[in-house]
Amino acid sequence: MKYIDEFRDGRLAREIGAAIHREVAPGRQYNLMEFCGGHTHAISRYGIEDLLPAPVRMIHGPGCPVCVLPIGRLQMAIDLAVERNVILCSYGDMLRVPAWQGDSLLKARSRGADVRMIYSVNDALALARRHPDRQVVFFAIGFETTTPPTAVAILQAAREGLRNFSVFCNHVLTPAAMRAILESAELQSGVVRLDGFVGPAHVSTVIGSRPYEFVASDYHRPVVIAGFEPLDVMQSILMLIRQVNAGRCEVENEFIRAVNREGNLKAQRLTNEVLELRDRFEWRGLGPVPDSALKIRERFADLDAERRFELQERIIPDHKACECADILRGVKHPRDCKVFGSACTPDSPLGSCMVSSEGACAAHYLYGRFREVRRETEGAA
Amino acid sequence: MAARDHTRKLDFRHGRVEMNHGSGGKAMAQLIEELFLPAFDNPWLRPLEDQARFEVAGGRMVMACDSHVVSPLFFPGGDIGSLSVHGTINDVAMSGARPLYLAAGFILEEGFPLADLRRIVESMARAAHDVGVAVVTGDTKVVEAGKGDGVFITTTGVGVIPEGVHVGGALHPGDKVLVSGPLGDHGVAILSLREGLSFDTTIESDSAPLHELVAAMVAAVPAIRCLHDPTRGGIAATLNEVTRRHGIGIRLDEAAIPIREPVRAACEFLGLDPLYSANEGKLVAICEPASAGRLLAAMREHPLGREAAMVGEVVADDHGFVEMRTVFGGSRVVDWLSGEQLPRIC
Repeated sequence: MKYIDEFRDGRLAREIGAAIHREVAPGRQYNLMEFCGGHTHAISRYGIEDLLPAPVRMIHGPGCPVCVLPIGRLQMAIDLAVERNVILCSYGDMLRVPAWQGDSLLKARSRGADVRMIYSVNDALALARRHPDRQVVFFAIGFETTTPPTAVAILQAAREGLRNFSVFCNHVLTPAAMRAILESAELQSGVVRLDGFVGPAHVSTVIGSRPYEFVASDYHRPVVIAGFEPLDVMQSILMLIRQVNAGRCEVENEFIRAVNREGNLKAQRLTNEVLELRDRFEWRGLGPVPDSALKIRERFADLDAERRFELQERIIPDHKACECADILRGVKHPRDCKVFGSACTPDSPLGSCMVSSEGACAAHYLYGRFREVRRETEGAA
Repeated sequence: MAARDHTRKLDFRHGRVEMNHGSGGKAMAQLIEELFLPAFDNPWLRPLEDQARFEVAGGRMVMACDSHVVSPLFFPGGDIGSLSVHGTINDVAMSGARPLYLAAGFILEEGFPLADLRRIVESMARAAHDVGVAVVTGDTKVVEAGKGDGVFITTTGVGVIPEGVHVGGALHPGDKVLVSGPLGDHGVAILSLREGLSFDTTIESDSAPLHELVAAMVAAVPAIRCLHDPTRGGIAATLNEVTRRHGIGIRLDEAAIPIREPVRAACEFLGLDPLYSANEGKLVAICEPASAGRLLAAMREHPLGREAAMVGEVVADDHGFVEMRTVFGGSRVVDWLSGEQLPRIC
């Protein structure tokens, strides 16, 4: 496949792997967080850990939109579908995430709620046009990548006067989450070590590289923005190790084929026209984070599902045994979770990280869990 | 045959399935006489008894049953009619058997266009004729509008395993895993037509009867250890079933697995994995290492196995992992699919 296979070349991977082995300084640890679930997925799916030397440790970050949405917000969506009889449109991964007492959008659907899996917000608009007698709500989640399409859909609905369409907005912001991680108690106290970030790929195509500069200047950690292909990840790891070795803290861009410093200005303008900062937003794992999410501007209030249906904010704690919160902050690896692979599997998930293919637990379960089993077996032998 | 006593012929241009087409009365008899009988015509079906009677030679018989609920009913490379023949023929053939007879049960939805029904039945008859099996008995029921999805077809197949053929047995480390051709075509062809997902593609379903390929394979290697058609859940599901049943592991080599370029591209675009995409005209074979070369050569000589490949081998593993060496040089698990294969959202 042109423009894809070039970035999955095993021979080049071995060359970069060899360079990483050469550059790793003796006795030094490199704790690198890949922020995005897309990177986590690539690392697991291509077995990148097999190509890295032991001192390079990848920490899975919170960049999985399905994973970071707190149960309360999901429960609000389920209630909307069940009690208000709306057509609730959601991206596929969200349907199986467990909410209050193991309920989910998929279970709500089996009880008769009208929950539709869609691939694009355009599908939700089309449903609203087709069913003028029904209320159609788009359950908007995601980082800066999925935000501009939501903004465009709201503008389009306003232009068309689609009175039966609204958006339940849960869009969140990447730089705020990075700051929350850097400010976390575990990092401040030294329980968790973090030497640099593999920076977001698709998010950066929208916001550019500039918004990460505070990570280097204020928190003295290097960032290398990387594409989602496995060679991108390998190359960015090499670039991070070189920065760490040289004592540099800069925002570097490995993903120059798609990302520049300023990002997509048109997308930013459209987003800004329709959405504005929330004072604070609850994140799974990170808790309440100031200025970390977006809400619909007053001008478009009649397309805001929270206002139209007068939704009450709900705060619901995670399942007692679920350790998603620690995993999302990088404090724990999926293998450290007591219920990983036993009470919590992709078929019957307890927490969101086991649901989305970009969740750290699902990626590790689906692609990487044989490593622990091997280690245990070899240890026992 | 009894003399026709219907005043008017069925209207295959504008007519629709009605409740009385399944009620056991005259309307049902007319549907059978004007559609099913001419399409499937054969000496076993012709008496229109409640059952078909046929002679069988000695030996081991095989029976398999498969229900078909595909949506949409017509897709590039086939339709529910041909699929319902191929699906069951392939289930029979995976034992090494020669398929002989088919039975077909139709569940029709009230209001379904008779033109579409005829198209499906004729496609089914053509497929059965090409395979060389007769549809010897059948049944038709009609459900109220809204209670079905056009047509559901269940087929049951009967076959006989030739003397000296023994497919099955224990698997051992070192046994080779072969596939008969590029994987994932059917799943992607169907997906390309689903609502909300339509995309232009040249991919056609691989729906095909595999009994002749199997006959060529068992002629070359009579003791193939394992034969499966990787339908729902793709090769990933099939191999995980094998490792669980046999208490062994399988190691695949990603670079050796044949997948067509447009299938890879469509899966890439949708965030899907072709290893989980359904096939309807492919098989997976496992055989002892000494016979693997001979088996592969026999497969490649057959038109349906021209792109056959050796993709991995059996390894000792109590955990039953299907592991894959990636094109990138690392390793990963190829796990069961959980839920439907859903696209990534960002």
